[in-house]
Amino acid sequence: MNRINRLFEQKKKDVLNIYFTAGFPKLNDLSQIILELEKSGVDLIELGMPYSDPLADGETIQYSSSIALKNGMNLDLLFSQVNDVRQKTEIPIMLMGYYNQMIQYGEDKFLDKCVDAGIDGLIIPDIPLTYFEKNLQEKVEQKNLAMTFLVTPESGEERTKLADRLSSAFLYVVAKSSVTGKTEELNENQIDYFQELDSYQLKSPRLIGFGIHDRASFVNAAKYANGAIIGSAFIRVLRDKGIDGINAFVSQVRGV
Amino acid sequence: MIHYNNSYNPDSEGFYGQFGGAFIPEMLFSNINNLKNQYLEIIKDESFQKEFDNLLKDYVGRPTPLYFAKRLSEEIGAKIYFKREDLCHTGAHKVNNTIGQILLAQRLGKTRIIAETGAGQHGVATATVCALMGIQCIVYMGEIDIARQAPNVQRMKMLGAEVRPAKSGSKTLKDATNEAIRDWINNPIDTHYIIGSVVGPHPYPDMVAKFQSVISEEMKWQLKEKEGRENPDYIVACVGGGSNAAGAFYHYLDEPEVKLVLVEAAGEGIYSGKSAATSILGSRGVIHGSMTMLMQDPYGQIIEPHSISAGLDYPGIGPLHAHLIDSKRAQVFAATDDQAIEAAFHITQMEGIIPALETAHALAVLDQMEVNKDSVVIVNMSGRGDKDLNTYIAVQDSDKTENIPSSGI
Repeated sequence: MNRINRLFEQKKKDVLNIYFTAGFPKLNDLSQIILELEKSGVDLIELGMPYSDPLADGETIQYSSSIALKNGMNLDLLFSQVNDVRQKTEIPIMLMGYYNQMIQYGEDKFLDKCVDAGIDGLIIPDIPLTYFEKNLQEKVEQKNLAMTFLVTPESGEERTKLADRLSSAFLYVVAKSSVTGKTEELNENQIDYFQELDSYQLKSPRLIGFGIHDRASFVNAAKYANGAIIGSAFIRVLRDKGIDGINAFVSQVRGV
Repeated sequence: MIHYNNSYNPDSEGFYGQFGGAFIPEMLFSNINNLKNQYLEIIKDESFQKEFDNLLKDYVGRPTPLYFAKRLSEEIGAKIYFKREDLCHTGAHKVNNTIGQILLAQRLGKTRIIAETGAGQHGVATATVCALMGIQCIVYMGEIDIARQAPNVQRMKMLGAEVRPAKSGSKTLKDATNEAIRDWINNPIDTHYIIGSVVGPHPYPDMVAKFQSVISEEMKWQLKEKEGRENPDYIVACVGGGSNAAGAFYHYLDEPEVKLVLVEAAGEGIYSGKSAATSILGSRGVIHGSMTMLMQDPYGQIIEPHSISAGLDYPGIGPLHAHLIDSKRAQVFAATDDQAIEAAFHITQMEGIIPALETAHALAVLDQMEVNKDSVVIVNMSGRGDKDLNTYIAVQDSDKTENIPSSGI
């Protein structure tokens, strides 16, 4: 069984997913960051493939992506670094990036490399649902890679159910229509939205992301789903404190 | 009533052959879908068309002339016509699209407009229609372009628009487009994004092409009046994203005897590493929500292009053009920075028309067409050169001036 599916079978609440960009802050930090995150109590890693034009991302992740690219990170190096760390940990690892990276690398080669490196799933936010279903779903499932799609408060019931059906890892619930990196507190409308999702009878576990940045926002979001995702706030920790800041940050979010 | 029937319309998902579509994050889906479901109905509506036509006539100054360039024709040995989009209000064809999109935005109930701009022509055209309608306007522009197109920045500000610098990436048009898309993700309810070219997710390439198609619609009856035939042998247009070319080609797409010529910016030379010749250097991929040809490295990182002309300094090309090139319906030429400058001075002294640097690229390849004295060539004179005077002055003041061929007469 895929490591992601096993995680959600074993753990139904307070799943903590941390995003960071491969190659940031230093080119070869990936392995140490993943091991430190696991040791600190993180359940799932969302590993960003740095991209020159990250449309859905705010300033923080644009910054980490541009530094990572300047450092010399690329997909071949990323796969080889994940392959190395995979010898030391069983934590589920998903890749997050943009479709163009996958196209140019070669879709089949990309998927094979993911499997070889021990990557468990993919989040590619600019692949349209119906395009995925028609062109990619079969290939991805054959490789036993789990897929995650995003839904927002504007997606509506029908589309949310389609995203749920096509997601084989978890459903990524975007708390508010925005790019990544905002830090506003959850409001009533958003909570109404999370509760409405309960009524849809969705099959996938759900993680809430966008704007989750500390213990309070994590605990609050995790109440309405199986857990939550922290991205930009963690990038800021790496930027300001480096690997040494990881344990303190995760412990604070976990409340330990 | 404008007719938009041709065999190059995109399918229901926005694909022209293998190019196009809407590769967008879910956060943009409802906005794009809303537009996709309504744009055709709105622009075919009689009240919309009436308002659009009236504004094009009385505000933009259409129809723009189809001018017979007599001296240039003698020199080239063919009948050269200029479609004078440079005479449009605000100085370029860009305003045809912004008029259409502002009327559409009003019908969609939007109260805030965002746009991206490279050379500043689309930014000015957007700020202009926003002033006309009394709607808030924010224009994203790369920091580098802000510096090299200062007069247009001042024009936008005078028109009441806010110009926001795009500081990410290469700080040019592609980054301004990224910033505008991010703004739209953050402001999905009240905002309409007026894209300036035939790029971006479906329905933008089709919508912008339809608004610009007035160019070729006029060409047909104008050429009929002058030459007794609707179809020229060649239509030549510069291409960055490709909106002026899309407009100039639109009603000729299904006329195979009309050769369609796209001219890309070769910068300092196609293979110099400082070029924007997308179709030659590019490969298939996704940029700004569209599957098309783009300049990228082996890992799919988008390469920063170079052209002396900010309007052609774009690493992608509209999906319609990618399809026209792929299916051999259009052919591609390239002109370097130097060739464009040389053509700009030459045409200015031959015809008394100072072209935009973008347009100068199209003018630079005319001597490469296979023509005889009866051949009819229409060049789309997409914009005027006022905004590029700083560049032209710098050339004129430098030693290079000695090398610029004068008309000789």
